[in-house]
Order: sequence, then C-alpha cells, then structure tokens
Amino acid sequence: MNQILNWIAAHQEMAYIVILMIFVGIEIIGKVPSVLHTPLMSGANAIHGVVIIGAIIVMGQAEEGNTIALVLGFLAVILGTLNVVGGFVVTDRMLEMFKKKK
Amino acid sequence: MELNLLVFCYLLGSVTFIVGLKMLSNPVSARNGNLVAAAGMFVAIMGTIFLYEDEGKKLGNYGWIFSALVIGTIVGTLMAKRVKMTAMPEMVSLFNGMGGACAALISVIEFRHLMHGYDPATYASNGYSFFSSLDGTTMLIIFLGLIIGSVSFSGSMIAWGKLNGKIKDFAFKGQHIINLVILLLNVAIAAFIIIARPEETPLFFYAIILLSILYGVFFVLPIGGADMPVVISLLNSFTGVAAACGGFLYDNKVMLTGGILVGAAGTLLTMLMCKAMNRSLSNVLIGSFGGGNAAAGGAGPQGGTYKEISLSDAAVVMSYANKVMIVPGYGLAVAQAQHICHELEKTLEAKGVEVKYAIHPVAGRMPGHMNVLLAEADVSYEKLLEMELANEEFKSTDVVLILGANDVVNPAAKSDPSSPIYGMPILEVEQAKHVIVNKRSMKPGYAGIENQLFFQPKTSMLFGDAKKALQDLLAEVRSI
Repeated sequence: MNQILNWIAAHQEMAYIVILMIFVGIEIIGKVPSVLHTPLMSGANAIHGVVIIGAIIVMGQAEEGNTIALVLGFLAVILGTLNVVGGFVVTDRMLEMFKKKK
Repeated sequence: MELNLLVFCYLLGSVTFIVGLKMLSNPVSARNGNLVAAAGMFVAIMGTIFLYEDEGKKLGNYGWIFSALVIGTIVGTLMAKRVKMTAMPEMVSLFNGMGGACAALISVIEFRHLMHGYDPATYASNGYSFFSSLDGTTMLIIFLGLIIGSVSFSGSMIAWGKLNGKIKDFAFKGQHIINLVILLLNVAIAAFIIIARPEETPLFFYAIILLSILYGVFFVLPIGGADMPVVISLLNSFTGVAAACGGFLYDNKVMLTGGILVGAAGTLLTMLMCKAMNRSLSNVLIGSFGGGNAAAGGAGPQGGTYKEISLSDAAVVMSYANKVMIVPGYGLAVAQAQHICHELEKTLEAKGVEVKYAIHPVAGRMPGHMNVLLAEADVSYEKLLEMELANEEFKSTDVVLILGANDVVNPAAKSDPSSPIYGMPILEVEQAKHVIVNKRSMKPGYAGIENQLFFQPKTSMLFGDAKKALQDLLAEVRSI
C-alpha cells in the first residue's frame, strides 16, 4: 500500500496530466457528427505520431559505434515520420473535399 | 534558456493537439484543425531536434535523423497523395501500424539501453543482481509500450491487408480462448520479469515481442471486413497509449498529452462508431461476423426468386419518377463510380426528377466514407440525407437505386432476431414504391447473410459493376 502511495506521489504530475487528458479527449470529440468520423480518426492517427519525438531522442542519443541502436533508431524515425506526415496529408485530402462546397 | 524554449515548444504542441482535435470535430473548421495540429507537431519535432538536451548533452547523429525524416516525409507524402479516395481506410490503418511499430522499436532500444552494462560473468561471480537494480517503473513502461505498440502494429497490418483484399477472414474454433491465453501469458511474463527479475530477462523480453505480434494478428483476423473501421479506430487509440508510454519514459509532456488525448478520443470514437451500428464493442470483437456464427445466422429463410430489370426499363422508371433516392454503398466505392453517379443525378434533375442520396452512417468502409466520396464528385451537401431523414422520405419516394449496398438495407436487421445484424439501424428502402438494386452478383455482403430485400416483389436487380451499369444507365436515360 505504502509503495503504491509513494509511486503515485513520485509521479503525481504525470498522473494529473493523464487523468485530465482523458477527460479533455472525451469532451472535445463528444459531439462529432458521423460524417466526420473517418477524418477525425485519421487526424487523431496523425497526432499519435508524436511518438516520433521519442524516436528522435533515441536516435540522437545513440553512440557512434552502436550500430544496432543506430539502425533501429533510424527505422523508428522513418516509421514515425510516415505516421505523422502520411497521417496529416491523408486527413487534409479527405477534408479538402468537404471544403469545396460551403 | 534553450531548455525553457523547448518546454514552450512542447506546451504549444500540446495545445495545438487539443485545439486541432476540437476543430476536427466540426465540419466548418475541420480542415484548419488538421493544419493547426500539423503545425504544432512541426514545432515540437524541430524543438526536439535542436533544443533537447539530456544532462547537458545535446542530441547527435543529425545526419541520420534528417535523412530518416526526409525519407519518411517523401514516402509518406507520396503514399498519401497517390492513394485513391476509396482506399483511404486502409491507408489510415497502414500509417497507424507505422506509429505502433515506432513505439515498439523505442521500447526495444530502451530495453537494450537498460541491458547495456549487463555482463553475465560478473553477475555470477560476485552474486550481485544486475536485474534487480533496474527501476521497476521504467521496465513497466517499456513493456507496456512494447506490448501495445506491437499489437497495434501487427493488428493494423492485418486490417490493412483485409481491407485491400489481400487477407481473407480466418477464424477457427476456440480462437478467442487462444487469444485470451496469449494475452494473459504475455501479461504474466511481463509481470514475472518485473517482480522476480530472472536471469533470462532478455530472452523473455523477445518472447513478449513475438507473443504481442501474434496476439495482434489473431485479434484482428476473425473480425469481418464490415467491422474493420471499428477495429482500426480501436488500434488507433492503442497507438495513442503506446505513444504516451514514450512520454512517461522520457518525461516528455507533449508525447504524454498527445498520446493520452488520442487514446481517450480514439476510444470514445470507437464507441460512437459501434453505436452507429447499434452494436457493442465486445460484440464486434468477439461475435466475429462472417466467421463461425455466420453460418447459423445465414440459415434463415434463404433463396427465393428475384427478378432482373433491363437497363432501358430501369431508365424509364427513373426518368418518369418524381423522386429518386440513391443509396450508395461499398460497391460504388470500389467501382469508383461516384462521378458517373453525380452525372446521372444531374441528368435526372434536368428531367425534373428530384434526386437525393440516403447515407447510412456506416455505408462503405468507414463511417463518413460515402460523404467523402460523394463530396469528391461534387455532389452538393444538401442532397446527402442522414439515415433518420432519409427513412422519413422513403415513403414519398418512387424509386430507390441501391448501388452496391447490402447489409445497411437488409430488413432482417429489423425483423429477424436470429440474424447477426439484428438491431442495427437500417435504411428502410422497402417503404418506397420501387427498389432497383445494382450489385455484381447475388453474393451476400460483408455480414455474410442473405438479404430478403432482393426477393421482394417491388425489388428488381440490375447486375453489373456499379460504374459500368451507371454508364449504361446514364446513356439510356439521356436517350429517353
């Protein structure tokens, strides 16, 4: 029990962010019309591409001689970029079609 | 100073994600919302590359980082630009898989990083336990990111393959039990490593990767094509959580906010999609459509006689109708027939026929898929009726033209409790005076069940590929 409390105390900042973000995430898309489900999913897909930041950090910290870390990091950055760039471009293409007729 | 600037970049990124997602849920601001989120992402990425430092050390390997970014950008843009509108859903799935793989790779690298100082020989000689010195929280987060990321990756790949027809539905008896066993085994191994810290930790670690990938495959394989959007949305929120694990690992607020935001919003979106189909999530995941129980569901009153209609008859019926309602479905999407469909609509309107479209929320491959396709073909917004409105108008409709839709107009959803789609809201096309169904064959739709609508006296079938049939129909209508 004590351990759990200690753990929460040590990570309280993170815990607050997680809980608040869960509510924000649910709140902001609560009223989305079904027409926008697909673009919204695609947009959210691009946003979780933020994982690329982790890949960049890993890549940037890899030591020169550590080939495996370099190669894996390189691959991770490529995959992350695909997720981000592809995600945003696909979403834009979908939404472009909605915009034409106002 | 520079570090504070980075904090600001991340804050900006987090805010743009929230604002962007909010704007994306409103038709007017959606496109700008996407751009806002993209701009925030750009700032956060550039900030990380140039400003990030750990214990006073800046990031290195700029050559590697930038070449990876450039490769990813070029390939990603080309893929996203080239993909046909009809193939959008599998594209989203593919990109989602990339994100999942990225999260899993980060966990792999971080784990190897943890193992860096490990030397079995010294461990054995002085009895000093290397593994017990590792931080439990870090390991927990690494495992979480690894499992969720890998499942999301392999699941998305299967969903992608299924949507573009490369992979067929596959289910065997007791598959759900096996899935559950794999998942529990996975969690058990992870928990065992964290608590007991065995010497074989690295071996177990790689076992977790394999099991997670396997789980993702088995998880998605039995789920029918019609339910794929729900699965992709779910995997999407998984990847969000995996990204958030990375945020924990690096104490990185923008990854944490972005990841959790997508995780929460994605989960809600998944529920909303299920609601549009009047099914529960567990029903989608466990009651595999088209799999084992489809045979039971499809065994209802089968067969009967249907009648075909010739192109010229169909053209006459439609030209002299007061009101025609077009019900587009996946068949229209695969045939890329949205433009020719719009032509037909204009030609009929010129003859004084009122033409509207009835859009089922889950018609096509994804919710909203039909709206996107028809918008691409310049069909005006006001002509697209959502299900409730359309159902009211069917009573006063003379001809309903169904283009490659099947399950969304299946009356069994209302009348046959044994049907697997029982309870799903449908377009009640049988209220119209005449129904013309364009399909390629009498084959059942994705739910794998017969459609009694096709055998009703007021229904006539117009067989053929949607594009070809519409072209011929258009020519006939013009010649009247």
